[in-house]
Amino acid sequence: MLENADALLLARIQFAFTVSFHFIFPAFSIGLASFLAVLEALWLKTGKQVYQDLFKYWLKIFAIAFAMGVVSGIVMSYQFGTNWAVFSDKTGPILGPLMAYEVLTAFFLEAGFLGVMLFGMNRVGKGLHFTATFMVALGTFISAFWILSVNSWMQTPVGWTEAANGQLLPEADWFDIVFNPSFPYRLVHTVIAAYLTTAFVVGGVGAWHLLKDRTNQHARKMFSMAMWMAALVAPVQIFAGDMHGLNTLEHQPAKVMAMEGHYESYPDGAPLYIFGIPNDEEQRLDYAVGIPKLSSLILKHDLDAQLEGLDTIPDEDQPPVFLPFWAFRVMVGIGFLMLGIGAWSLLARARKKLYDWSWLHKAAVVMGPSGFVAVIAGWITTEVGRQPWTVYGVLRTADSASPLDAPAVAMSLIAFVIVYFAVFGVGTWYILRLMSHPPHLGEKGVKRTEKGPVRTAGITPGPTQNPGHDPDVLPESKEEATDGR
Amino acid sequence: MGVDFDLTTIWAFIIAFAVFAYVVMDGFDLGIGILFPTFQPGQERDQAMNSIAPVWDGNETWLVLGGGGLFAAFPLAYAVILPATYPLVIAMLLGLVFRGVAFEFRWRDKAHEKFWDISFTAGSFVAAMAQGMILGALLQGIEVQDRAYAGSWWDWLTPYTLLTGVGTVAGYALLGATWLIWKLEGASQAHARTLAKKAFLATLALMGAVSAYNLALNPVYADRWLSAPEIYLTAWVPIVTGIIALSLLGALRKERNSKPFWLSIALFFLGMAGLGATIWPNVIPPDVTIWEAAAPEKSQAFMLIGVAITMPLILAYTGWAYWVFRGKVGTEGYH
Repeated sequence: MLENADALLLARIQFAFTVSFHFIFPAFSIGLASFLAVLEALWLKTGKQVYQDLFKYWLKIFAIAFAMGVVSGIVMSYQFGTNWAVFSDKTGPILGPLMAYEVLTAFFLEAGFLGVMLFGMNRVGKGLHFTATFMVALGTFISAFWILSVNSWMQTPVGWTEAANGQLLPEADWFDIVFNPSFPYRLVHTVIAAYLTTAFVVGGVGAWHLLKDRTNQHARKMFSMAMWMAALVAPVQIFAGDMHGLNTLEHQPAKVMAMEGHYESYPDGAPLYIFGIPNDEEQRLDYAVGIPKLSSLILKHDLDAQLEGLDTIPDEDQPPVFLPFWAFRVMVGIGFLMLGIGAWSLLARARKKLYDWSWLHKAAVVMGPSGFVAVIAGWITTEVGRQPWTVYGVLRTADSASPLDAPAVAMSLIAFVIVYFAVFGVGTWYILRLMSHPPHLGEKGVKRTEKGPVRTAGITPGPTQNPGHDPDVLPESKEEATDGR
Repeated sequence: MGVDFDLTTIWAFIIAFAVFAYVVMDGFDLGIGILFPTFQPGQERDQAMNSIAPVWDGNETWLVLGGGGLFAAFPLAYAVILPATYPLVIAMLLGLVFRGVAFEFRWRDKAHEKFWDISFTAGSFVAAMAQGMILGALLQGIEVQDRAYAGSWWDWLTPYTLLTGVGTVAGYALLGATWLIWKLEGASQAHARTLAKKAFLATLALMGAVSAYNLALNPVYADRWLSAPEIYLTAWVPIVTGIIALSLLGALRKERNSKPFWLSIALFFLGMAGLGATIWPNVIPPDVTIWEAAAPEKSQAFMLIGVAITMPLILAYTGWAYWVFRGKVGTEGYH
């Protein structure tokens, strides 16, 4: 029989694996649901076919991403109990209600209206259908609200008291618990990240099709919308991330020390390390390349400000440095690349070659999946940076796990790895295949007729489509899609 | 077994309601998954799938409410039951992954439709079986020490839990078949009716077997059903179950449209009421009561406000979603 430490490590790997996989889908569907709501609103307002086509194009992709988000999410809602039973028992009185609120106010809302959103176009009026789309989008946001409140409370726990049986009981007002100190920052930063992730996916797909056919009006429209998002929101995100970082410095200084690679304290100005190999054993950053005093300038807005390092934190309370240090650099690097693409698109617009600048399109294609990498990197930064605690300063990770035997966890971990890579790998392949079909006039929606899989929109090339014979195409849709700049 | 309506009791009923709502709602769509291979590839299977495609996700949300609600209202029960049934829970979750994605994937990949059909069935079967066995593992009792599961990781595997697992599969098949009677027409409806009759007999036999086994499982359970004064409170359950079963059989014979489905739900309701009466007031038999596992009043009160406000809305828009897709699946199809 293996040691308990192995069971703990396996449980941590399993949680990290399942949550990272899961996070990919909501990171996409939060933004995509809002994008769909915007497209449908524009269609209802302007009556332009291009919006309806784009709505249907992305709806098919949304359906697959959402299904994968649902099934991987159900796993998460049970994994707290299966693998982190002590954590669940102790934090249940505080985190349980927040998660229950997520189910009641978000999951039911999304699921209740999803059926109508996907399949109800011909069964309810346009206004009601838009309401359904809007409700699904709202549901994804509310879901993010509650689960990030839960996560933030684990980072910055407030308003609790310990009961005789070891449970953490709510003491303060629920408002203070929900809006714990790191929550507003984390919520803004994460939701914007989801929007940017989606924007770059949409932009990447649009750019891909522009590279093949720069006259494709649908590709132009989606590329333009995505680039507006990148240009306007990437700077906001960098600002929001900075605020979030300052908040972390206040409440979880050890995490920031790990992110910065600051093993030692700097009494008069700390350097910003660009590169380095963290060496926890020797408590130093090997091969460090840094810019003197810049870290103090960023974190304290003063070149000579004192910054404490991990040498002020007892060994048993230190997070491992390698992952937060590098994941943080990956995230920030991608953030600035996104900013660059946004700026480039503004330049292209000014020069009136947004749809003709193939280098921009190539760059946008490469950046298409970058949001996912950034989101996962950010998640690793904040979660590993919280270690060795599950509830920061209150409950240690080592004291949180279920009393399971290591072989049980090893088996489940292997099963999750195989199933997730196989199933979600195939799902991702289906999504990519949908994306590879150019968006076109008279795009079909998510369809199920009794004759079977008519959900093959995109496989039939645009010109062979006959909108008049497509029941999805409403009368006004015959108007040519000349919009899209 | 007096019932005192404090917050903890209210929460016990809310969780029981969520579990019941889950069991009947996801029960019928899991049941369709279980029965799927008996339908002809092509139109029959597509129609069967279409009849639940717009609602399965909402149905499954009740499972999340059951889990999330348990975590919130009875954290100790959540923290004990899930490790105690660890392999079953993992199997259920993976089963739900396979069947959940099949709803989308089978339409996306004609070449592998067969594979996703099998994935739909296997996932549904595994999930149903695992759920039934988790229920059985709970009823047969879970060893608890120092607020933690104290048994080994195979305790859940007994002849009794296999029986409850098979019983659940049969019951879900009954729900699925009666739903399809309601939603299909012609030859496929006739096929669903044949399936419903078989599933009905299997369900009834297995319900009887589980009930009998319960009496032998624990003397407290036997007292509750067989000796005074408890019997005055519990005797109506088997009696009404008998009446419902006879009406259901009649409705199937008379080829009624939606009645068999509603009566199957009633049958499930009685089965669950019976199980609830059996373990009351424990949440983890044999020793942990709902009060011992309960979250503090402050947590329960906060959530109760949420439930009171959102539950009527949830029921309303869920009902509306079902209403939008009412009637036979037919030839029109969904767009």
